[in-house]
Amino acid sequence: MASKPTYNIPIGPIHPALKEPILFTFDIQGEVIKGVDFAPGKTHRGIEWMGMRRNPVQIAHLCDRICGICGVSHTLAFSRAIEQIAEIEVPERAHYVRSIIAEFERIQSHLLWAGVAAHELGFDTLFHLAWRVREEAMDVIEYLTGNRVNYGIVQVGGVRRDFTDDQFPRIYQALETYEGLVGKLVTLFLEDTTIKLRCMNCGVLSERDALELCTVGPTARASGLAIDVRADAPYAAYGDIDVKPILPDVYADAIKGDVYDRIVVRLFEVVDSVRIIRDLMDQMPTGPVLWETKYAKILATCKKAEGEAIGRVEAPRGECFHYVRMNRSETPEAWKVKASTYSNQMSWLKILMGEQIADIPIIVASIDPCMSCTDRVSVIRDGRQGVMTGDDLHHLSVEKTRRMQE
Amino acid sequence: MSRLPMFPEALRQFLKKPATNLFPARYLPKSITGFLGKVAAGEATINPPVAVPKNFRGKIAYDRDACIGCKLCIRVCPAHAIEFIPETKTVRIFVTQCIFCSQCNDACPVSCLHMSDEFMVADADRYSENLIVE
Repeated sequence: MASKPTYNIPIGPIHPALKEPILFTFDIQGEVIKGVDFAPGKTHRGIEWMGMRRNPVQIAHLCDRICGICGVSHTLAFSRAIEQIAEIEVPERAHYVRSIIAEFERIQSHLLWAGVAAHELGFDTLFHLAWRVREEAMDVIEYLTGNRVNYGIVQVGGVRRDFTDDQFPRIYQALETYEGLVGKLVTLFLEDTTIKLRCMNCGVLSERDALELCTVGPTARASGLAIDVRADAPYAAYGDIDVKPILPDVYADAIKGDVYDRIVVRLFEVVDSVRIIRDLMDQMPTGPVLWETKYAKILATCKKAEGEAIGRVEAPRGECFHYVRMNRSETPEAWKVKASTYSNQMSWLKILMGEQIADIPIIVASIDPCMSCTDRVSVIRDGRQGVMTGDDLHHLSVEKTRRMQE
Repeated sequence: MSRLPMFPEALRQFLKKPATNLFPARYLPKSITGFLGKVAAGEATINPPVAVPKNFRGKIAYDRDACIGCKLCIRVCPAHAIEFIPETKTVRIFVTQCIFCSQCNDACPVSCLHMSDEFMVADADRYSENLIVE
């Protein structure tokens, strides 16, 4: 039998199966994917460029807008970096407020993802139900911070709003709602025959590949890597409570690293987040929530700061990493954002290989990609977009050294 | 045996009220702008939106008489939405540029800036009278 011809199928940059702009190029033989390539950089917004022209107090709110879902993770990572450089001590209660909001964010982000996953499978009834359930977390976040999406609660040196005693019953009410719903969600997602058929043994990422490709967050945990910034390098109030990475073996017998395991990890992280919020609420100390209420003093302290630091936070999608360097000026000298999708996207090359065309949407969505958070660089010259290879960057670097020597 | 746990759940949902609030009208009008025009003229009534929480951050409100012109709000505004007017020593806020973070409210030493409950501020003209606060 003659070998089948290979077809080249592009998907993207804008495509109904993709939630954000990215270009995939597949080599297809029959129905089977034989080669994968992708080109990010289609939704670059110049966030870092904007940040270099603003002071840290302003950047805190710019960070809220890096990602539409992780409204608090980026700000928290950035604030932690600045607080280390300027040696600002965050009040104890602020740590708890930050952690509680971060956990509510994890609940809403994972439920959003669960809905999107159901939608990519063509299971829209479940998609609508998941998003209906998600509203409870959104409502609590709105009640506590003032807005649904851009919370604007974290600031350098603490948080801008405290929880009052009369707000606690509403939080407990939401936690009870989720505790009551968990059994139902697990049944609807994990016992459904359609979902089992489509997700089991689909998009498998082995533990070794997950480690070698430096994946983070639920993608890594679904493959059996026990990594979680909250447990490995506790920040905010996570050091005071018990946090363990959730692996798929909490539900299934074996860890396979397929799409189904990624659903398991995310659903059980929702369960764990509810438990964490309860623990945090029980231990919440009293006191101020902002290191300094006079903004002129925060600005002056940041301006005097000198040095570099990194802030790491476990965002719902994985590790979110901010590097900041301050050099006695109003604006940071350098600010680098590494969103979790940046670490996870290379796993697409492995998990898409050998799968069928119909599985592309769910496998692509299974790592919970967020392209607009990831895209940091886009090279466009004479109206054409290009790719910088390692050699090109080396060449540019040598040229710059020569220029500086002259 | 195939299991479809969503099926009984979907049947149960049929008997429940819709979760969404029908806004601005209970039934989709032919033209939304035409309908809102009618509401403004008093010919139709709007189906009320979901109530905003207590500390909601809506369109900014500015008390120009209390303002001392210290420019601190301009220094903390992430969106560069605030402009200083040297003649009157007051500020002008462009609502289209504003990102509703309310940082200027916190920074203001005389509390002359506040966030209102108003959130329906969409307009075709970004410099319309409704969108510039001074």
